[in-house]
Amino acid sequence: MSTVAVAHEHAPGVHAAPTSFWRKYIFSLDHKVIGKQYMFYALFMLIVGGLLAILVRWQLAWPTKAIPFMGKLAPEGMPGGHMLPEFYNSLFTMHATIMIFFAIMPILIGAFGNFVVPIQIGARDMAFPVLNMASFWTAVPGAVVIIWSFFVTGGAAAGGWTSYAPLSAIQPKGQTLWLIALLILGLSSLLTSVNFITTIINMRAPGMTFFRMPLTTWALFITAILLLLALPVLSGAMIMLLFDRVLGTTFFLPAGLVVSGQPLKNAGGGQALLWQHLFWFFGHPEVYIMILPAMGITSEVLPVFSRKPVFGYRAMAYSMIGIAGLGFIVWGHHMFQSGMNPLLGTTFMISTMVIAVPSAIKTFNWLGTLWGGSIRFTTPMLMALSFVSMFVIGGLSGIFMASTPVDIFIHDTYFIVGHIHYVLFGGSLFGAFAGLYFWYPKMFGRMMNDTWGKVHWALTFITFNLVFFPMHFLGMRGMQRRIYTYTEYEHLKDLQPMNQFMTLSLFVLGAAQVILVVNFFLSMRRGKVAGPNPWRANTLEWQTPSPPPHENFTEIPTVYRGPYEYSAPERADDHWPQSEPPSGPVRASAH
Amino acid sequence: MSRRSGLPAAAAALLCAALSGCRGIQSSLDPAGREAAKISGLWWLFFYVCTAVFVLVLAFLFYGVFRRRSEDALGARERGKTYVAIGAGATAAILLLFLVVSVSAGREIAEPAGPDALKVQVIGHQWWWEVRYPASPANRTVVTANEIHVPVGRPVFLELLSGDVIHSFWAPNLHGKKDLIPGRINSHAFTAKKAGVFRGQCAEFCGLQHAHMAFTIFAETPERYSAWYEKQLAPAAEPSTPSQERGRQVFVSNSCVFCHAIQGTPAFGQVAPDLTHVGGRGTLAAGSVANNPGNLAGWIADPQSIKPGNHMPPMLMAPEDLLAVTDYLESLK
Repeated sequence: MSTVAVAHEHAPGVHAAPTSFWRKYIFSLDHKVIGKQYMFYALFMLIVGGLLAILVRWQLAWPTKAIPFMGKLAPEGMPGGHMLPEFYNSLFTMHATIMIFFAIMPILIGAFGNFVVPIQIGARDMAFPVLNMASFWTAVPGAVVIIWSFFVTGGAAAGGWTSYAPLSAIQPKGQTLWLIALLILGLSSLLTSVNFITTIINMRAPGMTFFRMPLTTWALFITAILLLLALPVLSGAMIMLLFDRVLGTTFFLPAGLVVSGQPLKNAGGGQALLWQHLFWFFGHPEVYIMILPAMGITSEVLPVFSRKPVFGYRAMAYSMIGIAGLGFIVWGHHMFQSGMNPLLGTTFMISTMVIAVPSAIKTFNWLGTLWGGSIRFTTPMLMALSFVSMFVIGGLSGIFMASTPVDIFIHDTYFIVGHIHYVLFGGSLFGAFAGLYFWYPKMFGRMMNDTWGKVHWALTFITFNLVFFPMHFLGMRGMQRRIYTYTEYEHLKDLQPMNQFMTLSLFVLGAAQVILVVNFFLSMRRGKVAGPNPWRANTLEWQTPSPPPHENFTEIPTVYRGPYEYSAPERADDHWPQSEPPSGPVRASAH
Repeated sequence: MSRRSGLPAAAAALLCAALSGCRGIQSSLDPAGREAAKISGLWWLFFYVCTAVFVLVLAFLFYGVFRRRSEDALGARERGKTYVAIGAGATAAILLLFLVVSVSAGREIAEPAGPDALKVQVIGHQWWWEVRYPASPANRTVVTANEIHVPVGRPVFLELLSGDVIHSFWAPNLHGKKDLIPGRINSHAFTAKKAGVFRGQCAEFCGLQHAHMAFTIFAETPERYSAWYEKQLAPAAEPSTPSQERGRQVFVSNSCVFCHAIQGTPAFGQVAPDLTHVGGRGTLAAGSVANNPGNLAGWIADPQSIKPGNHMPPMLMAPEDLLAVTDYLESLK
């Protein structure tokens, strides 16, 4: 079936080029500017989340050692530089919250999604530019509220990013702000997802059938659908929890709770487990919301730098659909230890294991893409290769969690912390780095320095493994997650050197990111001018100047072929842009 | 640990931990119970298979990246399809294996404990464990805290409840975790296969002092277990010295009694650990510190410095009263 959307002058999403500074850079309707805004937003929050991680790891390496300047910076949480337990609990809660909702999602969906998708499908902008602007400017107050929550009485939320009720119902005020911030952000993501779905369905250029769409666009299309279906469930649960906290409802509060020796006044009739079901019904698709775009980026980068078509293009798209669909029926594997009927546990175990099949197919297809290619070791390629290898570790350790008996062994230990970081850092973040180095020339018109890019890659890749791989050992040795101290315990004491090693490695990992930041900003002025297609790639975003003009294309391109026709045997040229008419250069290359 | 244990020492420790396996009183891979043995066997199977898969995939990745470009692109593509099909098939086969062994192990560890099982109620509180051995007649019920004594070889059936937020019962040498959820009663059954002292800790984040919510399981011979049980049934020991006598007086005339109980005295508070036999326990404040007179006196005078945020207020009393009450409580073996 060929769905040909005709883009003409009055097509949706088309608007006049802005002239004032405010309309051009701040309240812009242009998806490219909004994409960049999201990128700066996400990178800023990535730094905030990273600093929180450093504090967490400091405490785990040297639990009794003060950080003097922190005593001045956070006198309530770290008097004299010594960390209080409640501050530690806030730190790990906020590290996860900020990284997941304010860094990884915005950079993958907000930044790359916004910037790349409309150009890749040959559209002039998103379907609803005003809604797009509203999405970004809704996400900003979300970030303001979450950072503000550090400064209220009792500090920021300290219930874990999962915020299990009833604990989250009785935590100090920071928890309320946490809920408000995520509700605001949820609204923003919902607006974005509707916009993506509409744009991809309706605004593809002539000839851009679904199965000619680049895999990044495919991934973001599926991600948007996941967001649309999963987020309202979280928002609903959070509204209920908010009501429990401020209005005296009891959705999650069963009768007879005694807190600090006092019976809880309004409790009764609620179900503590209800929160977990609702949270994980959102929470598991959320994992795929964060990994699918990174998979898409990897599938985009590998063929370009292997100079080969992506292996099994349709299988790639179908397996993403499979992962997304199955993602909705596996949430129970987060609750194996909550006392569910073993029979129900078995069904969740089966569905979780089945997810490994499409994931494995994707991995094999990436290997197949590399197989026999002429590999170019550019920075985006190294990041994408890292994604593949680290995703394999994260995926394999995930199979441990799929099995009910094994899961109740490793649940809530450092093994899980290791697993989630292999997926979200080794997976999502390496994917984001690949995308950053890959599309930077398109976004800013100049190349990033490749040598420094490789230094950044090497340091990040090595220290990432040094920080997170030992977590698997810690977990099996009996170290739980979310404990602010362990050195007074005889059986955990000897894990301190390992923890110190991990923290020292994290310092290097953190320092390595300075290279990225400096390279990012210096290259804007000093980088080599990129030209429209520095990577000799086929997809539409490379068939227009860098950075693309307002409305992306002087003339809407017509698409003649799939996105990854590299090294076609009938052509001398090893790339074949999607928009190049079949006649013309084909004949030209023949003589 | 000091700073000088820097990178080399840490790297050595890493290697040691990797090679020496995972021994310990709170380790998932050092099973001492029927259930833990089954699960750790399963874990090792997963570990070996997944490691092999990882090595294989990475070998293909490296070979694919570093070998020279094939001339026969079309033929390679066809062969590639075969490889992917084989890979997908192998994946499915491995998953099926995992599924079968998991389901069978899952059934075995979920088998309900028989009628001869020892029934123990564990109630989670922020941040300590109430342990009850219900019995009929009711006066043979034993109540203690943060320590669970079980006979080796006899199945133990745990009834898990919570008084406030969600906690999780986790003694990795014996079994996996099970949550204690307010408003629900969960069950968990394990059988200790060898005698020993094993450690457990709350595994579900439960607030401020989640890090200090441990318990100890004493797996003992049936004889020793019975002896312990009979001893627990007795009311608190009578003071045998003037200091202990004075200590009891201080205890019952202070606010201690509003929260704690000591059987055989007028103290019958229910919101904090039962202290009838507190002197016989190994640790204080749910595994936070060792139980000795110094720590106990420190705990009574200033519990917030040992476990900040816990629900016990500091007891303001004269030093000699503090010594007396410590003396008395330590005598309650």
